[in-house]
Amino acid sequence: MALSVPAIMKTTAARLSALYFLLFALCAVLLVFYMTSLSASMLTGQTQDTINDEVAGLASAYKRGGLPVLVRVVENRSRQPGANLYLIADANGQILTGNVQSLEPGVIDTEGWTTEPFSYQRFGEGELDRLRSGTADPNETQPGQTAGEKGHNAIALVLRLPNQMIMLVGRDLGEPERFRAVIRRALMLALGMMGLGGLLIWFFVGRAALKRIDGVSQASRRIMGGDLSGRLPVTGAGDEFDRLSENLNAMLARIATLNEGLKQVSDNIAHDLKTPLTRLRNRAEATLSGKHKTSDYRQALEGTIAESDQLIKTFNAILMISRLEAGYSSENTNRVDLVAAVRDVVELYEPVAEEAGVSLEAAVGGAFVVNGNRELIGQALSNIVDNAIKYSTDSTSQPTVHVMLQRTQGEIRLSVADNGQGIPDDADRARVTERFVRLEKSRSQPGSGLGLSLAKAVMTFHSGRLDLLPGNPGLSVVMSFRAREDH
Amino acid sequence: MPATQPSSEIAYNGAMKILVIEDDREAADYLQKAFTEAGHTAHVAGDGETGFALADAGDYDVMVIDRMMPRRDGLSVIAGLRSRGNATPVLILSALGEVDDRVTGLRAGGDDYLTKPYAFSELLARVEVLNRRASAKEAETVYRVGDLELDRLSHSVRRAAREITLQPREFRLLEYLMRHAGQVVTRTMLLENVWDYHFDPQTNVIDVHVSRLRGKIEKGFDKPILHTIRGAGYMLKGG
Repeated sequence: MALSVPAIMKTTAARLSALYFLLFALCAVLLVFYMTSLSASMLTGQTQDTINDEVAGLASAYKRGGLPVLVRVVENRSRQPGANLYLIADANGQILTGNVQSLEPGVIDTEGWTTEPFSYQRFGEGELDRLRSGTADPNETQPGQTAGEKGHNAIALVLRLPNQMIMLVGRDLGEPERFRAVIRRALMLALGMMGLGGLLIWFFVGRAALKRIDGVSQASRRIMGGDLSGRLPVTGAGDEFDRLSENLNAMLARIATLNEGLKQVSDNIAHDLKTPLTRLRNRAEATLSGKHKTSDYRQALEGTIAESDQLIKTFNAILMISRLEAGYSSENTNRVDLVAAVRDVVELYEPVAEEAGVSLEAAVGGAFVVNGNRELIGQALSNIVDNAIKYSTDSTSQPTVHVMLQRTQGEIRLSVADNGQGIPDDADRARVTERFVRLEKSRSQPGSGLGLSLAKAVMTFHSGRLDLLPGNPGLSVVMSFRAREDH
Repeated sequence: MPATQPSSEIAYNGAMKILVIEDDREAADYLQKAFTEAGHTAHVAGDGETGFALADAGDYDVMVIDRMMPRRDGLSVIAGLRSRGNATPVLILSALGEVDDRVTGLRAGGDDYLTKPYAFSELLARVEVLNRRASAKEAETVYRVGDLELDRLSHSVRRAAREITLQPREFRLLEYLMRHAGQVVTRTMLLENVWDYHFDPQTNVIDVHVSRLRGKIEKGFDKPILHTIRGAGYMLKGG
């Protein structure tokens, strides 16, 4: 992935990584700053306490034996390893005794605590210092080392003795400064680690996410480019990306179905509406050419109207089927009493059946309620009953159509069985619900070849099924509905 | 559906003043001409705004309103008129034919709904049935057509004092025909109003029901009372 720097910043992953890095760095700096200042002030306090103790000891020595004892004690203490700073000077600032060789001018002129750390040099400096710092590394530098190897920083308490002489008791600041240095190094290290961590996170998490999003966008571009069967990649990790891809794929599948339906409609229109339209046109043309009686014109016009009415019916049916199959969602679905629906349709067709010499029997009772649209169910059922009556007339015995309602495993099956010749061939039975499919023997019967397709579409709309089962004899058309939860 | 034959065979129940709001000029002109031939007066508005103004000002018996129009759609015109207290019966014409569209149309204040394309005979029959001056029959408890009498309370039917036994659906069929006696009632109107179905059955089941009913109310009587109107539907007419 060759991305220029601004392009990298265009990705959410990189932006997030940078933001987190900044936030953590800020927190770390604040924490370190707080810790340093806290510990530094603690160490300073400790140093001051030590000096105060020292001064108290010296004061009691002075009280015991005056200046000579004080000088002796000071000289004594000065020689101890790791000793504090001691200095006794006369009123003019001339150093009399102590372990301080030189110090910043002006330090001993003001009485009390030195406000700022001052630099000084003590006797026998280098060796002692190296021993104390416990390191042999010559590159190790000490903070605050202003005067090469020899300079040190310290704070001190300056006192004026009753005889106007000056005494200074101090302590080296090497320890707190080294501590500060350690903290600072830790901070730099932490910042470095965080930067590295941020980069790593960006690289592994961000780039991985980026890569998958890129995969999705590439797949989408392919699909937009016309490969409608293409799908977004699913890694199988089951994470958010997979879920997103799965949902988008489901959406694409839905769109593909709709598209397929649309294509079928246009194919249907092309093949099955063109024929009657051509017939219509030819009839009109034939009537116009040549001389005819008025009654002939009238007849031709009547025929034209009848034919166009049939066309309109077919057209409406195609539209309705494709809308239902496309998952047209109706707000007009509610509880439909199938028993009532069956009774209504049977009652509607009973006179037709009687005229055709077919006995139409309905064995329905009990409570069969589904979620749906009464109108659509009525239309589907009436198409099926209509067919059953038509095709039971070739029965070898008394033509009969049975309408039954049964409940099986969460399903309500509404079956219409006739005892006609049926459709013995399995392939034909499967084919007959397709649009405009009319089997050879049904060509003599009126109809558009859309009745069962519509019934099937209605069942699809109701999340149910339409099955054609071989009867013994005859054909059994079964509408299977999902039973309502509350029944 | 058999051929359409406006005017000649279709009797009408007095002249009506009809407002047609339809943006398709040709269709509107055809409707105006056909309504005029059927003995009615028809005014045409080419868009929703004009239609609303005309409807609001004029005293029409029935309005035929197209659903999809420029400037103001049909449903909004109807809702506007209804909110101004205009109760003129409205028939909605629509290219949309979905189950929901019909419901939406009727909910907006329409009284009837016809999907394009339609047969003029169907439209005329429906408009005549909608005519507000003829809709007073709703409240009557006994319908009389010639010597035929139907009592809506006791559910009894008599012709020339002879009791006729009808099945419940036959009774409702006759009731509807008698309520609109003297008017053409189409097969679709019967299917909608008697069976509450709005689809085209593959076989013309209505004809069979009507001929059964005819057998019961005409058999043994001299005069036919239930007439078939060619190319349109049926009409119950006495004497």
